[in-house]
Amino acid sequence: MSIVPISYYLVLSAVLFGLGVVAFVFKRNIITIFMSIELMLNAVNLAFVAFARAHNQLDGLVFVFFVIVVAAAEAAVGLAIVITISQNRRSLNVEKVDLLKF
Amino acid sequence: MLILDHLWIILALPLAGAAINGLLGRNWPKSAVNSVAIGSVSLAFLAVVETVREFLQLPANQVPWVKSYFPWISAGAFKVNFSLQVDQLTIVMLLTVSFVGMLIHIYSTGYMAHEGGYYRFFSYLNLFMFFMLTLVLAANVVVMFVGWEGVGLCSYLLIGFWFLKQSAANAGKKAFIVTRIGDFGFTVGILLLFWTFHSVDFGTIFTQAAGMPSDTMAQAGVLTTICLLLFTGAIGKSAQLPLYVWLPDAMEGPTPVSALIHAATMVTAGVYMVARMHPLFSRAPIAMLAVAIVGALTAFYSATIGLVQTDIKKVLAYSTVSQLGYMFLACGVGAYTAGIFHLMTHAFFKGLLFLCAGSAIHAMGGEQDMRKMGGLRKAIPVTFWTMFIATFAISGVPGFAGFFSKDEILEAAQSGPHANLPLWLLGLVAAGLTSFYMFRLIFLTFFGEQRFDEHKVHVHESPRNMTIPLMILAFLSIFGGWFAVPHLVGGTNYFDAFLRPVFADAPESPEYTALLQKLKDAGIEAGLKPKNIRVVGETEGPSPAMELIHAVTGPPVIVGLIGILIAWWFYIRRPELPGKLARSMHGLYTLLLNKYYVDEIYAAVIVRPLLWVSTNVLWHTVDEGLIDGTVNGSARLAREAGGKLRELQSGNARSYASWVVAGAVGVTALLLGIWMKVH
Repeated sequence: MSIVPISYYLVLSAVLFGLGVVAFVFKRNIITIFMSIELMLNAVNLAFVAFARAHNQLDGLVFVFFVIVVAAAEAAVGLAIVITISQNRRSLNVEKVDLLKF
Repeated sequence: MLILDHLWIILALPLAGAAINGLLGRNWPKSAVNSVAIGSVSLAFLAVVETVREFLQLPANQVPWVKSYFPWISAGAFKVNFSLQVDQLTIVMLLTVSFVGMLIHIYSTGYMAHEGGYYRFFSYLNLFMFFMLTLVLAANVVVMFVGWEGVGLCSYLLIGFWFLKQSAANAGKKAFIVTRIGDFGFTVGILLLFWTFHSVDFGTIFTQAAGMPSDTMAQAGVLTTICLLLFTGAIGKSAQLPLYVWLPDAMEGPTPVSALIHAATMVTAGVYMVARMHPLFSRAPIAMLAVAIVGALTAFYSATIGLVQTDIKKVLAYSTVSQLGYMFLACGVGAYTAGIFHLMTHAFFKGLLFLCAGSAIHAMGGEQDMRKMGGLRKAIPVTFWTMFIATFAISGVPGFAGFFSKDEILEAAQSGPHANLPLWLLGLVAAGLTSFYMFRLIFLTFFGEQRFDEHKVHVHESPRNMTIPLMILAFLSIFGGWFAVPHLVGGTNYFDAFLRPVFADAPESPEYTALLQKLKDAGIEAGLKPKNIRVVGETEGPSPAMELIHAVTGPPVIVGLIGILIAWWFYIRRPELPGKLARSMHGLYTLLLNKYYVDEIYAAVIVRPLLWVSTNVLWHTVDEGLIDGTVNGSARLAREAGGKLRELQSGNARSYASWVVAGAVGVTALLLGIWMKVH
């Protein structure tokens, strides 16, 4: 059984990351933007895991754990912010949240 | 040696007075300000008297007495000590300055009694005394320069004392700026002095100069250059042609200031400086000639302007310029003692004239125009008599102080070692003009009918603190010149004899002996008797009685008397004549009345172009355009760039995200580029 080449994983990771970036920039709903961040993080996780496997080292896996932990924390804080915004503004449109400016 | 060791006390007293009155006197009663001001100058005068007493006991080899107090400037080879010195010349100046200064302080307590800024006036006046005494006590050129500039500062402050009056403020600025032109030359002269002699101390400079070959008429060297530069300073400070224009305007100041600074003391600083520097001047014949020519021309020139002025103080101002010209003429023909003698007598009688004029103005309630005075003789007798005496003195009437000194100057110009007949003639004519305009002043002011409304002007004699200084100065205007009496009968002038050690080397210049012989021959041939020169071996002179007759009937006296007679004829006998003459010689009269249009010429040639360049080029172009443009331009650039850049912070999270992506793409592209270059 042949091993799947690392480039496949990397291409998949890049595609996922690219989708995340595009969604992050173009979507207006805060929840969707939040999800696109998760998508990018996990795309990076995939790349880490692939590299770890290819180089036969554990470093990449350690990084992945850190990313998952930070993502969980970020999700907690981020969702709290999202709830506050939706309660105050009755809207989840990111375009409407632009008071902090010049 | 109580005070000779502590000469600084003479300076410290008026300085302390100035500081106390200036810093604390604002709310003090006038009596307190008076006691500080007069107390400090009186104590300074007493210190000077004590200095004289101790100085006279010094053995001759300790003169000049130099005292160095502390090293002041030390920069490489350039070392200056704060050092003071006393010699016979200093003594004469010290006595004159401190005594006349003291009298004028006393007079001022009366004259300024009703003026605001009383404490300020006396603070300035004391400060002036400090700087003037520094000037005459200095033992090196740099300390002298401090005094020199300091009196200029005080002159500026006091001319502009009534600074709310535009003309007074302008006159102050004019005085300061015009003298600055001369001081530029003076400063360069000091630098050249140090460059040549590697020292600024008078003693060192003169010793070295004595060893240098004299410059001659044909060959001008560094000595001539130094002397001419120093003399430029004197021209500015002592108001000689062509920088005299500030002095007449300086009459905007209070009259005691005109008397003290612009007649008796400060303006004579130039003469003192030339006399002090005589070892250099004596070795620079071209510079000597320049001094003599400028002096004689000024004496004549400003006397002609004085003929037609109507402001009583303006007449005296032009007269001062003219008399200073005499002093320079004296120095220029090598008769330094005569110049200093005239400086002293002039301080007495011209100080007195100004104080009397002040008293008359005071009596008239501020009127300065002589055409609106007249007949004041009865109303203010003390002022009249003292001023009459001073007028006799300045006109050179035999027996009065001015006669002796002026006679000595003209005699030196006529038959001294550096005699110069054209200049003598100028001086002689000026003497006639002097007595004319002075008696014109007297006749217009005190004689004739009253040309003012008696009901409006309450004419009153000045208080005692003003009249007593007048009387003392009147006394000196008569007897202050009597040191020279023995000279009249063929003997020695005590004043000359006293100063002789200072100027001892002046007549011993290399060409002196030859000149002396030549002069003697020429003098005898022309029938002129050189009185003040005794050639060794010649013992027989005319009898004392003949000498006396000769002196009191000399040309200066005759010319002076003619001037007085003409003035009497014009203003007492036939008062309608001056008007007629003015009409028939309209052009000349207008020219004189407008002071040869010199102020207008200076304004057109120098002041206005300078103002134009300063306003349009320096101000509007360089300052506003270039400098302000650069500063404001960079500020505007920062503001506008910031204004545009801040819009990046739009508050829109998606635009931030776009920037982050763009940044990430950029960084990735950069890294890729580097990576591709490496591989």
